[in-house]
Amino acid sequence: MKHFSRRKFLGKTGALLGAMIAAGFISTSAMAEDYPTAEVNTTGLAVTDDTVKVGILHSLTGTMAISETGAQEAEKLAIKQINESGGILGRQIEIIQEDGASDWPTFAEKSRKLLVNDNVAAVFGCWTSASRKAALPVFEQQNGLLYYPTFYEGLEQSHNVIYTGQEATQQILAGLDWVAKEKGAKTYYLIGSDYIWPRTSMKIARKHIENVLGGKVVGEEYKPLGDTQFGSVINKIRLKKPDVIFAAVVGGSNVAWFKQLNAAGITGAKQTLVTISVTEDEVLGIGGENLVGFYSVMKYFQSLDNDNNKEFVKAFKEMHGDDSVIGDVTQAAYLGPWLWKAAVEKAGSFDVDKVVAASEEGDIELTTAPEGYVKLHPNHHLWSYTRVAEWQKDGQAKVIYQSPELIEPNPFPEGYQ
Amino acid sequence: MGDYSIQELTSILAMQGFAGLSLFSVLLLMALGLAIIFGQMGVINMAHGEFMAIGAYTTYMLSVMTETYFPEFLSYYFFFAIIASFIVAGVVGYFIEWLLIRHLYKRPLDTLLATWGLSLIMQQIFRSLFGAREVSPTLPDWLMGSYMPTDTIFIPINGMFVLGLTTLVTIGVFILMYRSSWGLNVRATTQNRVMSGAVGINTTRVDRMTFALGCGIAGVAGAAFTTIASTGPTSGSLYIVDTFMVVVFGGAASLFGTIASAFSIAQAQSILEFFISGSMAKVLTLLTLVIILMMRPEGLFSSKVRK
Repeated sequence: MKHFSRRKFLGKTGALLGAMIAAGFISTSAMAEDYPTAEVNTTGLAVTDDTVKVGILHSLTGTMAISETGAQEAEKLAIKQINESGGILGRQIEIIQEDGASDWPTFAEKSRKLLVNDNVAAVFGCWTSASRKAALPVFEQQNGLLYYPTFYEGLEQSHNVIYTGQEATQQILAGLDWVAKEKGAKTYYLIGSDYIWPRTSMKIARKHIENVLGGKVVGEEYKPLGDTQFGSVINKIRLKKPDVIFAAVVGGSNVAWFKQLNAAGITGAKQTLVTISVTEDEVLGIGGENLVGFYSVMKYFQSLDNDNNKEFVKAFKEMHGDDSVIGDVTQAAYLGPWLWKAAVEKAGSFDVDKVVAASEEGDIELTTAPEGYVKLHPNHHLWSYTRVAEWQKDGQAKVIYQSPELIEPNPFPEGYQ
Repeated sequence: MGDYSIQELTSILAMQGFAGLSLFSVLLLMALGLAIIFGQMGVINMAHGEFMAIGAYTTYMLSVMTETYFPEFLSYYFFFAIIASFIVAGVVGYFIEWLLIRHLYKRPLDTLLATWGLSLIMQQIFRSLFGAREVSPTLPDWLMGSYMPTDTIFIPINGMFVLGLTTLVTIGVFILMYRSSWGLNVRATTQNRVMSGAVGINTTRVDRMTFALGCGIAGVAGAAFTTIASTGPTSGSLYIVDTFMVVVFGGAASLFGTIASAFSIAQAQSILEFFISGSMAKVLTLLTLVIILMMRPEGLFSSKVRK
């Protein structure tokens, strides 16, 4: 079914493209004439008079394909829409897609291929921090430009990366403030998978709980990645009786964790649980019935009620099938090409240094973002709202809280390290 | 622990005891199939986890079909799903033995490489057929939630279900292996292949059926685990390490050993996990295993096999 719709889409866009090139030729070439290739591309990027090449680098195979599928689908949608509206500086975007294969060295190797052999003007890609850290030296050495979509632990700011997901403080602090205020929470139990993102996130959470909220952490627990047995941990939690369980369990463990919580009688009706690792994508595996009444803290949920989002969801489903779901990272990935377009147009150039300089001025904004208005901070991260939503049986989340203002990204939070 | 009542502590103790039992049944169920294949045939089947995934996906497909065509049977479909998983995984195993494994009996270490390749191929097939994302079979209502003998004790029903199923499968395997003529043939082939052939046992057929049986049991395990864990293209790889650990620690050719090993690993793991963190508990359990295996390289129970 997936293949069918993709083929249908290819046919459709092919026809559209043809029509567009035929109809829009004059205006396209007029636009491109305003920006002669020699001027917009002084660094040997793959830019011609009417095309510009970009790379998409996600895992299509291996463990991470579960998560990264949505991200690359969203990036393709954004690029298709940009092309349909006339491209960037009069140039149509051509995609070169590479498979990171859930293997971190492969990410570095493919980044090098995209930057050195293909001379792409920008790359949209990576998902895990490990893959980003592996690709980062290549981007810095070759002076490439990476748009990275995942919410992550922060503590990084590279000249060559634009981070379109939330860094840890943006996601965590507002969520904890909400639960402390709304639920009167005093005691917290922290649990996560055992790797850098949950550990850094929990460190930030603990500092905030102890120093700012005046609460108490009654337990902190890390399970090996891929572990599927939570019986003992659940008993421990029962013994500690925390007001709130704060969870960052990922992957296959995440499914086991929620199924076993539910079976042990710890449900949304009896226990407040806030997680920072469940999006609509994860719910497919966990099953909505196991999550009812639990809360996720994210910047985006598919159910967001605004016009931008309705259009985005509609376009996404048209392109990738009716039963597709959109999670936080998928939406953040969708922002990448649009942010790049805005920066390129502002700089009037595809050159990486000029695009980065334009991005760092702090006035790149998107009013059409599905998550609502976003603005790029000089520190390469996005200003964004934090939202808390309650999961429903049908696998969608109902947004019940939104931070009153855009939250400033703070990748190196003082007092939280 | 001063501020807990006796009743609370007893409840936690009871639930913790069940957590250990539950882990035991999970480990045993996933190891049984491998114990037959690895123990009786000496085939290092790295694709064991993927045969479990076949069971899980069979359950998923049946759940979708039941929901679409016979919603009134949603409460019972799970039993059919388990049987169907056994058959589907068994048939695939039978075919794979014919295609791949039978050419490798003389080269046991190569089976490791071949079946590892097989596991990658199967993962990609799942991904192409069902998509890269995880899926979630709809479980019948009676499998959800927990049984409460008192106000403070919660026993997960899916855990009890897995425990019951494991008991049944284990008894079934024992009867088959030690009380049937087919089991006699299998054990004879394990002990002395050439002699078995000489007295008229069709060893090729025995091998194929043994492999199919092991894969079928893996399928049952996969179906059962949809109640407690994830179903995705790579779910199988979550289990493979633990599975081998149980079988090797128990002593490769001994089914009693597998049971004893699953029990001791599960208890050690769940008790340790209660008192220290999950990662450390795993480290300590594995360290203990390594030390015991250094002293007893054949595992807990080794049976004498003529090489």
